[in-house]
Amino acid sequence: MARSVIDDNRRMLRARDAMDRDFALPLDLAKLASVAAVSEAHFIRSFKATFGETPHRYLQRRRIERAMYLLRTTDRSVTDICMEVGFSSLGTFSRTFTAIVGESPSQFRVHGPAPHAPTSFVPSCFVKAWARPSSFREAS
Amino acid sequence: MYNAITRSQLFVLDQDEALDFYVNKLGLEVSADLDLGFMRWLTVCVPGDPAREILLEKPGPPALDDVTAAQVRELVSKGAMGGWLCITTDDAQATFETLKNRGVDITDEPSPKPYGIDFGIRDPFGNAIRIGQMF
Repeated sequence: MARSVIDDNRRMLRARDAMDRDFALPLDLAKLASVAAVSEAHFIRSFKATFGETPHRYLQRRRIERAMYLLRTTDRSVTDICMEVGFSSLGTFSRTFTAIVGESPSQFRVHGPAPHAPTSFVPSCFVKAWARPSSFREAS
Repeated sequence: MYNAITRSQLFVLDQDEALDFYVNKLGLEVSADLDLGFMRWLTVCVPGDPAREILLEKPGPPALDDVTAAQVRELVSKGAMGGWLCITTDDAQATFETLKNRGVDITDEPSPKPYGIDFGIRDPFGNAIRIGQMF
């Protein structure tokens, strides 16, 4: 029993790592479930049990976090950034970004809250883990 | 007041598997591997640098009760135990290729950051390791 929880956790972590790494690619459930080497139904259920949010929300918010980062640190166009972080439609990107962040990508670029201190020395995995807008405490 | 941080600890779920990973795959060396009777004292270090050792500790009784040890194992396996190492190298790309060929779990490939070129891996249990060629 305990052994299988640990084995399952490790599989889910491998899929979450894949989202953190390959968010720019068209990752679908079939692909992620295959990274975890489990069925799609098991993957959705088990990922949520392990990490507290669905894989869809995790990936969506990873992409938004990367977009926030690029909006803040580059002068690339919103359309460029939208494609770069794995969205294929500017409309979906803008709508999702605004729903999660509370302002549009271009408003965020100008007005959004800046970090309290420079983050350039911080290992990127910590930035990605801590700056991602999670769906915890949200109504599902 | 202090001189250096000389030892720190990571929880691992199997010390033989940990030894194989940290030495044969990652390329660290065993600093100590002692059967103390009550525990196996297993530490690794960067080859030639025994001044900084990492204790690879297996959670279990009597140090931890069975329920707590099970919780620790679950947290390690979901990457939530906080075990983390940051190792520097002279050549991040070459180190990455070596580790990839050895079948290590890559979490992100080498890329330039403001602080250097680095990449991420996980040990077999879920602990995160970053390897960087710092500027």
